Formats: sequence, C-alpha cells, structure tokens
Amino acid sequence: MRKAANIYWLGVKELRSFMHDFVLLGLVVYSFSLAVTLQARSNSQELHNASIAIVDEDQSELSRRIAHAFFPPLFQSPKQIAEQDIIPAMNAGKFTFVLDIPPNFEEYVLAGHQPVLQINVDATAMVQAGLGSGYAQQIIGTEISDFVSHAEGTGPSPVNLDVRIAFNPNLTTAWFTSVMAIINDITMLAIILAGAAVVREREHGTMDHLLVMPLTPFEIAMSKVWANGLVIAVAVGLSLYLVLRLILGIPVAGSIPLFMVGVVIYLFFATAIGIFLGTVARSMPQLGLLYMLVFLPMNMLSGSNTPLESMPPWLAKFMQISPSTHFVAFAQAILYRGAGLDVVWPQFLAVAAIGALFFGLAIQRFRSVVVQAT
Amino acid sequence: MTGGQAGFVAVLDGLTQRYGKVKALDGVTISIPADCMVGLIGPDGVGKSTLLGIIAGARQNQSGSAIVLGGDIADASHRSSVCPRIAYMPQGLGKNLYPDLSVRENIEFFGRLFGQSRDERNWRIAELLDSTGLAPFEDRPAKKLSGGMRQKLGLCCSLIHDPDLLILDEPTTGVDPLSRRQFWELIDRIRSRRLGMSVIVATAYMEEAERFDWLAAMNGGKVLATGSPAELRDGTGAITIEEAFIALLPEELRNGSRSLQIPPLRIFDNEPIITARDLTCRFGDFTAVDRVNFTIERGEIFGFLGSNGCGKTTTMKMLTGLLSPSAGEALLFGKVLDANDISSRYRVGYMSQSFSLYTELTVRQNLDLHARIFHLPTQKAAQRIAELVGQFGLEDYLDQRTLDLPLGIRQRLSLAIAIVHEPEILILDEPTSGVDPLARDRFWEALIDLSRNQGVTIFVSTHFMNEAERCDRVSLMDSGRVLATGRPAELTRARGAATLEEAFIGYLETASGPRASTIQEFAKPRVLLDQVRSTKPDHPVFSLQRLLAYTIREALELLRDPIRLGFSLLGTTFLMLVFGFGVSTDVNNLSFAVLDRDQSHESRAYLEELRGSTYFVEKAPLSTYDELDKRLKSADISAAIEIPPNFGVDIKRGRPVWVSALIDGAMPFRAETIRGYLQGMHQLYLRDPAVKTTQPAVSPPATIETRFKYNQDFDSIYAMVPSTMSLMLALFPAILMALAIVREKELGSITNLYVTPVTRLEFLIGKQLPYIAVAMANFTLMLLMALFVFQIPLKGSFPALLLGVLVYVTTMTGYGMLISAFTKTQIAALFGTAILTVLPATQFAGMMTPVSSLAGGAQIIGRGFPMTYFVPISVGTFTKGLGFADLGVDLLALIVFVPVLTSFSILLLRKQER
Repeated sequence: MRKAANIYWLGVKELRSFMHDFVLLGLVVYSFSLAVTLQARSNSQELHNASIAIVDEDQSELSRRIAHAFFPPLFQSPKQIAEQDIIPAMNAGKFTFVLDIPPNFEEYVLAGHQPVLQINVDATAMVQAGLGSGYAQQIIGTEISDFVSHAEGTGPSPVNLDVRIAFNPNLTTAWFTSVMAIINDITMLAIILAGAAVVREREHGTMDHLLVMPLTPFEIAMSKVWANGLVIAVAVGLSLYLVLRLILGIPVAGSIPLFMVGVVIYLFFATAIGIFLGTVARSMPQLGLLYMLVFLPMNMLSGSNTPLESMPPWLAKFMQISPSTHFVAFAQAILYRGAGLDVVWPQFLAVAAIGALFFGLAIQRFRSVVVQAT
Repeated sequence: MTGGQAGFVAVLDGLTQRYGKVKALDGVTISIPADCMVGLIGPDGVGKSTLLGIIAGARQNQSGSAIVLGGDIADASHRSSVCPRIAYMPQGLGKNLYPDLSVRENIEFFGRLFGQSRDERNWRIAELLDSTGLAPFEDRPAKKLSGGMRQKLGLCCSLIHDPDLLILDEPTTGVDPLSRRQFWELIDRIRSRRLGMSVIVATAYMEEAERFDWLAAMNGGKVLATGSPAELRDGTGAITIEEAFIALLPEELRNGSRSLQIPPLRIFDNEPIITARDLTCRFGDFTAVDRVNFTIERGEIFGFLGSNGCGKTTTMKMLTGLLSPSAGEALLFGKVLDANDISSRYRVGYMSQSFSLYTELTVRQNLDLHARIFHLPTQKAAQRIAELVGQFGLEDYLDQRTLDLPLGIRQRLSLAIAIVHEPEILILDEPTSGVDPLARDRFWEALIDLSRNQGVTIFVSTHFMNEAERCDRVSLMDSGRVLATGRPAELTRARGAATLEEAFIGYLETASGPRASTIQEFAKPRVLLDQVRSTKPDHPVFSLQRLLAYTIREALELLRDPIRLGFSLLGTTFLMLVFGFGVSTDVNNLSFAVLDRDQSHESRAYLEELRGSTYFVEKAPLSTYDELDKRLKSADISAAIEIPPNFGVDIKRGRPVWVSALIDGAMPFRAETIRGYLQGMHQLYLRDPAVKTTQPAVSPPATIETRFKYNQDFDSIYAMVPSTMSLMLALFPAILMALAIVREKELGSITNLYVTPVTRLEFLIGKQLPYIAVAMANFTLMLLMALFVFQIPLKGSFPALLLGVLVYVTTMTGYGMLISAFTKTQIAALFGTAILTVLPATQFAGMMTPVSSLAGGAQIIGRGFPMTYFVPISVGTFTKGLGFADLGVDLLALIVFVPVLTSFSILLLRKQER
C-alpha cells in the first residue's frame, strides 16, 4: 500500500515535470501526428510514380499500345528516349525502368516468332525495382495477348490462378506504414523519455534527494515507468483514433483495446530499458550514442520496415530477443488480422519477460548513479 | 577615449533587464572609475552578474546604455574592437575552462583566440604559471584542480592577452580561505605591475569588500550606494561593510534584521548520534575522503568548514547512505549505517548541495509530495505543512512555481521539506551558499530553534566563516582530511589567531607546508606595458588561428573521452554490420501451406513448381478452412494455396480450373512480392512441356525479359550496404555535432564565444572540423567493411566517392549544428536530432524508395535532406561504376547545403547572451 502510494505520487510529479518541458511535449505531439501522416501518405512501400522510359524502335500500333498502358499513379507517363541514352539516363538515376521494344516487334509477334522485349531495371532502387518489374511484366503481357487475341482469338487458359489478399484486399500501404510509424515512434520516444528523466534527476541533484528518502529504487523506477509510459500510451491512443481513423481514414479491423494492452506491456519494456540506459551513461552525449545503438536496430530490424524473413536466419533468431520484433508481430496480428489474445499471448509474455529483465537491471544500477554523479 | 568619459572605465545609464517577470536590473545608472579596483557587493540574484555580463559584452542590454572603454558596448563593431582589451571570468569555479584539458592547454587555447604566436604564447604562459604557482601542475587536467587552483587558472586564461579591463564575477566563492587570500595577493601584484588596469569584481563576501578602492552596493537590481569602503561605512555609521550593507537596505527588508542569539547547548544524554570512524572514500586512485573521525551528540550543531572539493559533500553522502565508504564506518544512532534500511531514513533529513527541489512544482506541491513520501497521515500532514508554512514565512508563495522563487525563499522551502517528517538528524550540505546575509540569519534562527528546542542534531557544511562560528563544534577540512576539530573559539585560541579564518589559514599552512609558498614574484618584472602593447597583434575579421584554436580544443576533448570516441567509431561499424545483413528488401524464406483437396498426380505436379522454389518454405499441409484462417492469423504462414477437388480430372477433361491463393496482406510490400512470385511460377507451370492438358500448350506471343542492371542477381545487399553507409554518416555526425555545441551552452564555456574575438563562423567551423574527421574515419572503417566483409566491390570512381563523403559529412554535421544552434539543453538537442534525422534518413531519403516516387510532404522533406543527394553517389559509385561526370548534379546539390546550413546556424547562434 505504501509502495503503491509512493509510486503514484512520484509518478504524478514526473507528469507535472514533463508537462512543463515544451520542447519534449512538442516533439512527442509531432511524432504521433504529422510524422505519422507523412509516412502514411508517402507511398514508400508500394509502387508509386515510378519513373519509366521507352525506347521504341518499332513505332507500331502494338508498341504505342504498350507505351499507353503505363500511367499514374503506379508509373509516371513514359518518356521516349533513344537507345544510346539508356545507359547514361539510368546511371544518373533518371529512370528506374527502361523498356526496349526492338524493331519489327509487332510483325514478329503476329508471325509467332516470339520476339524479345527487354525491361531494364535499376536494381538499386530496391522496393520499386522488385515490385515494378512484376507489374511491368504483367502490363506488357496483358497488352500483347489482348493485341494478339484481337488478331486471332485464343481460348481461356486451362489452369488459372486466382490470388486474393487477406486482411488488406487492396494492399493499401497506408494501413501498414501508419501503424508501423506509430510503433517506431513508441520505441524511439519511450526509451529516450525515460532515459532523459533519469539524467534530468541526476543533473538537478534530485536523484540524491530521492535516494535518501524512504523510497526504494523499485519505487523510483516504477514511477518513471508508469508516468512516461502513460504519456506515450495516451499519445498512441489519440493517434489511433484521431490520426489513423479520422484523418487518414484507415479502418482498423482488430481490437484496439487489446492492442493498447500490448502497447502498455511494450511500454513497460521500453521505459525500463530507457531507465537502464540512463543509469549506464555518464553524460548526455554518451546517452545519445547508446540510445542510437539500441533503438536503431530495434526499429530497423523489427519487421516494421522490411520483412523479417529476409534477414539471415541467425539475425532473425537474434532479433527474437528484441521485444520490438514481438511488438510488430502482435500489432500486425491484432490490428490487421483481427487476432485475439489466444493468438498473441506468447508475444505478450515475451515482451513482459524481457521488460522485467531490464527493469531488474535498472534497479540494480540505481545506487551506482550516485557514485558517478560525484 | 572620448573626453567626457575620461577617468571612467564604464558609464552606465538607465540599464534595465527583464527576464520573464523578474527584473534583474532596474534602471542602473553609475559611472565606474578607471584605474582602480571596483567591487560590486550584494547577495546573489541582485543583478551583479547581469551587470558584469553587459559590461563585458557577453549579454545584450535591453534598455539603457552602457559606454565601456569609450564606446557603446551594444554596438557590435565597438564590441569587437574592444573585446581584446577586456577579460571576463564568469561566475562558477572554472566555468569558462575546459575540464578535460590540462592547465597548459587551457591557457594555450585562450592565447590562440587572441591571435598570439607560439613564441609569445610560450613566454606568457611560462610567466603566468610561475607567478601563480601553477607551473608544477602544467599537465594536470583542469577538472582535477582544487577550487583555488582552478580560479588561478581562470585568472591565467583571462590575463593571457593583457587586458585593460579585468572583470571577475565572484572569483573566490567556494574557495578555501588560504587560496582566497593568495588570490587577492596575486591580483594586487598584477595590478602593481600592470599599471592602468581596471578591475571590476563582484562578490558576496562582504569582508572582501574592504580591500577594494570603490564599491557599488546592489540589491534588487538597483544600486543602493557607491563610494569607497570608508565612505560607505561612514555614511551609514556602521563598523563593517556587512552592517553598512544591511543599513542601506530598504526599511521593509531590514525588519528581519536582528543580531542572532545562540542559546547554550543543552546536553541531552551524551548519546553519540552520528559517529564516523576512519571514514574513507576513494574514486579510483583519488582519495576524496581520508580517514575522517568525529562524533556528534544529540542536539549539537556540528559544522564542516572547507573549500569546494575538499570532501565535505562526499562525507555527507556517506552519512546518508548515498555512497558506501571504501573503508571505515559510519554509525547513526549507534548502529552501523545500512543503505538499504528504509526505516532509518524516516529519522534523517537531508538537504543536498545543489538546490534539489522539483522546480516545476509549486511550493504546495513540493511540500505535499514529500509529506506523502514520508507517509504522514492526511490530517497530520495538513497540520504539519501549515505549521512549516507559517514558521518559514511561505504563505505568500504557496501556489508559485518553485522555479520563480528568489533563492532565499527556495532555501527556506528546502529546509522545510527536509524537516517535514520531523527527523532527529538533519544533514545540510552548504545550505546557505548564494543566500544574502539577512536570509542567512533567518535560516540560522530556524536551525538554532531546531537544535535547542527540538533536540535535532544538525550536521552542516559551509564555506562561510561567520556561519562556522555559530556552530557548537567545527571540523576544518582540506583535501579529504580533517585538520582540526573543536569549538570555534578553542580552535582560534589554539592557533593564537584573532579570527577563525586566520586559524584555518594557519592549519592549512601547517598541513600543506610548501604549497603556501608556491606563489612567487613575477619573474620578469621588466616587461613593461608599452612593450606588451607593441607586440599586440591585429584582430582580423577572419582568423584561421582562432578557428583552429577551437578545432584543437574540440579534438583534444574528444580524444580524452574514449567512450564517446569509441562509441562513435565502433557503434557505426556495429550497426553497419547488423543493417548490412539485416535490412533487406529481398523477400524469401516465405512460408506457405497447401490445402490440397484433390491429392492427385496433377495437383502435385502443379505444386512442384512452388516447392522447388528457393523463395518459399513449405509448412505442414492444411486440412480445413478454419485451420487456414488460424494459421494465417498467427503469421505461421504468409500464403495458403488451395487446390480445388477434381483438379486433376478437370484438367484431363479440358475444363478450365482455378487454383486459389490467399496471401497475408498485413505487410503490403511482402504481399505484393508474394503475388508476383506466385504469378511468375504459374506462368512457368503453364509453359512446362511436362504439363499434360488436353489443350495444346499456348506459346506466348513474345518473351519479356527483365534485366536487372547493376545487380544481376537482384540481391539487395549491393544496394543496402552503400545505403546503410549513407544512413550511418547521416545520424552519427549530426548527433555528435548537435551535442557538442549545446554542451558548451549548458556548461557555460559558450561565454568564450561571447567575450573573445572569435567569430561565430570560426567557432562553428572550428568545432565542426574534428567531427568531420571522426566521420571520415568512420567512413574508412565502413568502406573497408563493405569491401572485405560484405565483399562488395567499388566499381566506380573512388575520388568521386571520397569527395562526396567529405561534402556529405560536412552537411550532416552542419545539420546537427543547426539543431543545436536553437536548442538550449542537451536533452532537447538529443531528442530533436533523433526525431528530425531518423525519420527523413530512414524513410524519405531514398534508402528504400527513390525520392521521386514519394508522395506529398514526404517528398518535400526528402528533397530538403542532404542524404537524398548522397545516396545516389554512394550507390552509384559502388554498384553502377559511376564517376564525377555522372554525379556532378548530386555533388553540386550537396555543396549548396554547406553554406546554407552554416549561414542559418550563424543566424541562430547568438554572439551575446540575452
């Protein structure tokens, strides 16, 4: 009971301090509002506005049809260029795709000679190159077979593949990027908020003050966990309802309350590791560097940017230690696939356990903070 | 100098400074005489520092005028022409010094700022070190100097350029009496040699005021009186300057003034409450407290007297359990102190040296919080708080934020908080430093009441002699050791001294022996003013030497912080390793499962294509739709393939059949890729001659051939490694640079930018260079990793890449510079840099998606972020084999960032404090 009261009142103090720090407050608001919409509307995870050029050495009806088949929003309107310009233009990164339609293409197609049409892809534009080459193949294939079937008429294929996408039928990437933006923000902000709260107490000399009062490190750390966690949790809640639903108009399929439970568990971990880092670093620049080393891999490799499957297996296994990986996994399960507690509980448990570990370490380190301060 | 101001070093007229609601200066109009020693006296927070800051040109004056050395100091050109003639030593021990630099390096830095040649610097430094007795400590880092030595070093740094006007802001606060005395002797000797030098000193020690030629007494932002010490005393009929000062205060402030009566100590029970036995504390090889012994009895006021850094605070921290002793033991209430014993903390009150209240909370909230932490019952708490509020006169401030309170009130609040739980022991670490004499007396009244009437044992540390005299017993401390313990009167008598201060000096001299005599006469009195003048260099608009002064200094600091250096070098290589392997847009190892409702030869033939693919990994087959749904939901599989019943039969009969695939759309990019793979495989199946259908295989009318340029296998590592390099070179230089500037603001050494001839451009670029060097070292490491660990050949022009990197890291450090130019605290700079670089760098700068394909605000942000122009250079030289000719535009764009970012930073960085 006494513990609970201490934790509560220290946390209230923490909240009051935070509310007076307008820079931090402003950056938190920015991160969960403008930054989320920017990412959601950026189309960075889909084929969008891809630059394309066509070398038309055929100048036929078919080659013109192919050129007209590429249009926004997937592709920019194709530019006609000469063959010798292919390499310089691609070197300069002007075009991600260049189609090369050889002379007499239409004639050979109709004659059944199976001519070759080349799609040159700038493979360094990773996301666009992969998705775009598939689309381009399909568009060109359809255009040619339409052209041919008008000419001769062919029957349906004997075996057909019907591909459907579950949970996000139109593959709207904003659904994904917006939620992942929120998830990345949680990791980024919760760690630094809690870490900074520890450093701030130390700089102002109030840490000494706390440690001579009848308070245990557990109570001090716990008060920081709940207060900083609450700030982020409220921001996440508001962001989900206001930014995602109202502004971006994203239908969230799953249970938001269940997701918020997960967020709270994850915040316990994130603030705990923040406190831990705050006790390890001896100065602000050191905290900054430590923080970068911790949160960057946690965000970049969590599966929120690129698929987890594409990592080398050893790294994918290693990333299972990072709760951010579990967080992304259960967030996708709950919000997109409508999974329930029966599906996500192992991930909840993993996050809580790793959180408890860092929380324990932070408490262990609390007293040594004073030694450093002198 | 203009005729009207002859004889005056500074003429101030109607100076008024306002900070928020607080008026720091209120219409100050005085003329400060030249060629003499001028003292500004008054307690803390009355505007002395503000006034000195304005005279030194470090602060902007808001209204009124300040004519210093014959010109208006508000005029930038006058400021830059006279600043080589002014030296300013700000308040706080060694605040404008660099703790990681050695004594010599610190002085050299200032010498460079004033454009001195190596020879000139060397003889000046030798002379200054000899005369201040710092010569034996030439190579010692400033942070390891005692308070007194640090002040001497500060003085050396101020005197290196032979100023006409020396401004010292509380130079002796917190310094032991012996060092203090030596300091003033040093100033006297400098003045006797350097005729015509004016000195303006602010001090809170009234007893020091006697030695000045001319005084200005200040209170509440106003000048109360000016004149020689004798004039001030005579004018008020007082015996000491302190009394004179109190007499000068307005009536309502003087009300509390009455001489302090200390009733004799009643011996309660001779019970030792606090005992220290051979208490020792070591930090590494440094002994902060060395075998300290004392016993304090109930109700006693026991004082610890000594300079800053002599071990007072460390001893107190050991008594509170904050630090555990390296040797010896501390006993509280007769029991060995146990840091984990919560119950004993209810009996102790502690007030730490730095003011440690939550400044964002109001007075009431602070009191409430502490009452709650000590679990006073609600009724009792309300009663106790009311009692304390009355006793300490806090009624009028209850709902004010603590931040806005005057120091004296804050100090009373601190004490009220320390005793809210009625402790038996009170440990107070320099509770009155920076508080005016009147407030100090009221504070002591409260302490005496606690001790004499409530039996509270008080352990207090101070560097004020008159406070030490009020204690029942004192321990004199120096360099971690107790020199003597006893009643103040006994100690004075034992040394045969007139005052406790003299006695203390006596003990110090006995203890340190030769140290006292290290101050020598100037070795070269022959150096005359005129000779010095003739060697004075010009102060050009731009000076490479001043710029390099900052570069050398920053580089030294960086080299002395191996953790920061190590992190920034190894951190990037670590992340490069992780990201190079980990961040990949290749989609493979995709898990799928099959719901084969036909189980025929034909269905297996169809799936053959999928099963043979390296992209896919098959999981256990599905048996029902429910299972399919569940496994897709739990992300066990990313795709499910369903073969309908009669698949084989239908094919044989020539009826078109439909295979359906359901893909997990949670990650759209992955889903799109899977769809592409599946369709590709389906096409392969159709063309496979082994596929037996009744219809003849349709040969496609044309072949569409996809050629992946620059990366035939379309393996993302080739693009990802150069991109990761760009990312690392964006984040780390920016964050290091951002903290480097704001750190100076927070620690106070930014003053050197305000008061020395260094320009903002020199300051910024000078500080930027070491970080560019670190970034280039980073780049070298990462390049080697790319070549040898990731085995990615550099196909294009190395010089183009090198130049690109150089310009790029210059822009990124410039970006950090810009952020730190407008933030005030390191936390804000860290937070801001992280948020403002990570998002654009990872999402909007073309690392994954070309910037031209981004939509809306994302593209605009991307275009304004330097990394956007470096990614093509990095990726282009590595994978496309490009050179200068192809990358000219991007290089040019990067180059444009440099002057733009630098000019914005210069505009945002102030050359004066507000």
